[in-house]
Amino acid sequence: MTGGRDDALAVRLRLLEGFLSRTELADCAQYALQWLADVLGVSQSICLVKPVGEQTLFAVAAHGVPGASVANFTVSLDEWVNPLVGIVNERRTTFYGASHSSAERRRRPSTPFEDTPFHVVPLGVPGVADEAFGLLLIAGTAPLGPEFHWFNSVFSQKLDEILRQQALAEADRKQGRERSLLHSIINAVTDPILLTDTEGRLLIANARALSLFTASEEESEGRRGAVRMNNMLLSSALSSKAIEETGAARRELLLVNPLDGSDLLFELLSTVTEDPRRGTGVVSILRNVSDLRRASEEIEENYRKLRVAEIQAHAESDRLNLIIDSVADPIVVTDASGATSLMNAPAERLFTTPARASAAELRWVQANDAHFSSFIAGMLVSADQRRVGEIGLTDPRTGEPMPVEAIAGKILSEHGELTAVVTILHDQREAMEKAKLYEQLKQASDELARKIQAATADIAQQNELLRRQAIELEQASALKSQFLANMSHEFRTPLNAILGYTSMLLQGVAGSVGPPVKRQLGRIESNGRHLLTIINEILDISRIEAGRMPLQISTFKVPELVAEVKSELEPIIMRSKLSITVDVPRELHPISTDRQKVKQILLNLLSNALKFTHHGGVTISARRIPKERAVTLSVRDTGIGIAPADQERIFEDFRQLDNSPTRAYGGTGLGLSICRRLAQMIGGRIEVESEMGRGSTFTLTLPIKGRR
Amino acid sequence: MKSKTERPRVLVVDDYPDAREMYSEYLEFSGFDVIQAVNGMEALQRAVDAAPDIILMDLSLPVMDGWEATRRLKEDARTSSIPVVALTGHALAGISEGAMKAGCDAFVTKPCLPEDLVKEIRKVLDRSPQSTAARKMRRSGKYAKTIG
Repeated sequence: MTGGRDDALAVRLRLLEGFLSRTELADCAQYALQWLADVLGVSQSICLVKPVGEQTLFAVAAHGVPGASVANFTVSLDEWVNPLVGIVNERRTTFYGASHSSAERRRRPSTPFEDTPFHVVPLGVPGVADEAFGLLLIAGTAPLGPEFHWFNSVFSQKLDEILRQQALAEADRKQGRERSLLHSIINAVTDPILLTDTEGRLLIANARALSLFTASEEESEGRRGAVRMNNMLLSSALSSKAIEETGAARRELLLVNPLDGSDLLFELLSTVTEDPRRGTGVVSILRNVSDLRRASEEIEENYRKLRVAEIQAHAESDRLNLIIDSVADPIVVTDASGATSLMNAPAERLFTTPARASAAELRWVQANDAHFSSFIAGMLVSADQRRVGEIGLTDPRTGEPMPVEAIAGKILSEHGELTAVVTILHDQREAMEKAKLYEQLKQASDELARKIQAATADIAQQNELLRRQAIELEQASALKSQFLANMSHEFRTPLNAILGYTSMLLQGVAGSVGPPVKRQLGRIESNGRHLLTIINEILDISRIEAGRMPLQISTFKVPELVAEVKSELEPIIMRSKLSITVDVPRELHPISTDRQKVKQILLNLLSNALKFTHHGGVTISARRIPKERAVTLSVRDTGIGIAPADQERIFEDFRQLDNSPTRAYGGTGLGLSICRRLAQMIGGRIEVESEMGRGSTFTLTLPIKGRR
Repeated sequence: MKSKTERPRVLVVDDYPDAREMYSEYLEFSGFDVIQAVNGMEALQRAVDAAPDIILMDLSLPVMDGWEATRRLKEDARTSSIPVVALTGHALAGISEGAMKAGCDAFVTKPCLPEDLVKEIRKVLDRSPQSTAARKMRRSGKYAKTIG
């Protein structure tokens, strides 16, 4: 039977190996039942196990039994009447044979085996617990041999191990749940809670406490500094507390809010806990009392403000009294019944009598009082909020009538009840006086305004007249110019014939004439020429005034012009017997200007020089003035000269120095006036230097390039 | 003295008889053949009929003024080569420009002594050889044929 023994050892080994590789309860149990079937020939078996923490046995494995019947097979340990429960409690292997009697059937537990005989074997490890943790139901009548008992002890051991591990894991889970619950509870507390060791090191802290006393490396230097400071403050508070007191203690602790650097005031409650395993620790709860502090400060502040307001109100009331007394107008405050409750000094003068009042004063005051009372009575019965009226009072000291304007206003309480009437009385005498003065002033002002208006109208009228006259003058001037232009034409036509025929007669066109007739004809000719000059000058002036003398600019040489002028006056020069000197440099720069006008000026200046010089000579000179970009043309004579006072007047229209009817020199007196105007037209100027009896120098200064 | 036909012919146009006759008398005295007209219209007729060598034209004329007459003379091929000396008593600026624009060859302002006028006429005639040629043509009768 050596082979049998070896076989027996092999199958045992197989069971142990199977158990070794299995940790699951059901898996293990199923394997065990399979082994029973294979090795011991157990055809039907069920394994019931009570899971950790349960009071019911559940079928965890079955062999040879329909799965459906096993699935619902449970045994509640609370069912005392169930024989299986007794087996569990007593740990007694029991056999149930085939039942014959109904009594037997009643004692037999209900199992999926129904009437089949079966063994019930409790599962448990001796010495560990009193009751079994499971049952093994084996169908069949065969007694359970030593091999089965070996199996049972090994199987029980294995299940016990698995159950223990399950129980351990369950306990761990439970503890973990409890720990996290605890954690979320202390985190839910808004007050910082922390557990420290006796040295103040942080062991456990809730989120709020962590935010105050811990900071990660990533956080700003400021926050980390605040956290370091909070830790120092806390540990010093705890250590001093540990030295001084025992048990629970309250104290204030000022910390810094690491988030914004603000001060946080906490009430620190700490309790020393003795834990045999972990040693002594300190549980601290911090209660934020910043808000409380703030609230109490606010209350203090409000109280202070209240005090200030009260003081101000007193001052206000004093000031109001002062103001009322200082108002010049009488003010009277009357209560709802019509009795006077307050009046200022001016009002007292009207409505109260001094100690030694005269009978007249007494009478006036009484009259005033009556008048005022009737006004107030009217006010009290009316619905008006305000009332303005006139009261005829009398000044009690002088007896003068004193009409006053009374302005009364009702003062109502919060509920709309009349509490007082305030009346201000305004002395009308001054106002009436002022009105009278104002009326006088207004009359005077109106009078003045009327006078000014009249004067203004006069001025406007005169202005209009002047304006019209100016227009008329302008028109007259234009008409005059036009008239003169026309007239000169009309003058020229007959003069043309006179001069023409005279010339023809002198030439002997109609036969020769004798010397006396020739001399007479010569007189006609020279007078005719003089008349022509006059006409031409008048024409020039009128053309200049009418603005009808346009410029014609050309470039020409001055020496040529001077020669031309000299030759045109040759007959007069011949007659005058004066020496004419021309001092004009041939290389003189040509000038650009109106040649005709320059020529006219020169002709005029030269003929004047010839006319007013009786001895000596006339010099015509020209010079360039580079600085002014100009040329000067001068005519110097040794004639009668012009007095300094007259030197400017000679340029005025129709001005000859000798205005007497028998004046010695002919001419219109327009020559120099025309010269000056012509010179201005071409951008030049004429100046004179003269000395009485010594001669005159007329100088025309012209720009090298004249005006365009 | 030159024969009458060789003398240059002057057409004197002026509405003022004293002036017209004075200049005519003096021109004849100075050796010119003189014909006269009293207004612009007549001057045009005379210029075509008598073919003068030069025309002395007063500008202020009745019927047709001197500017208009000059313009027409200068536009007409038969008379366009005859020089015109304008004569005016108006000395206002712009008158001479207007006369030149109308086609006048010279411009003289009244009062103008007869001898000065003759000087001016001689000057203009010397400048215009064409008029001499025209005169010769007219004398030979070719001119009249040419114009038909």
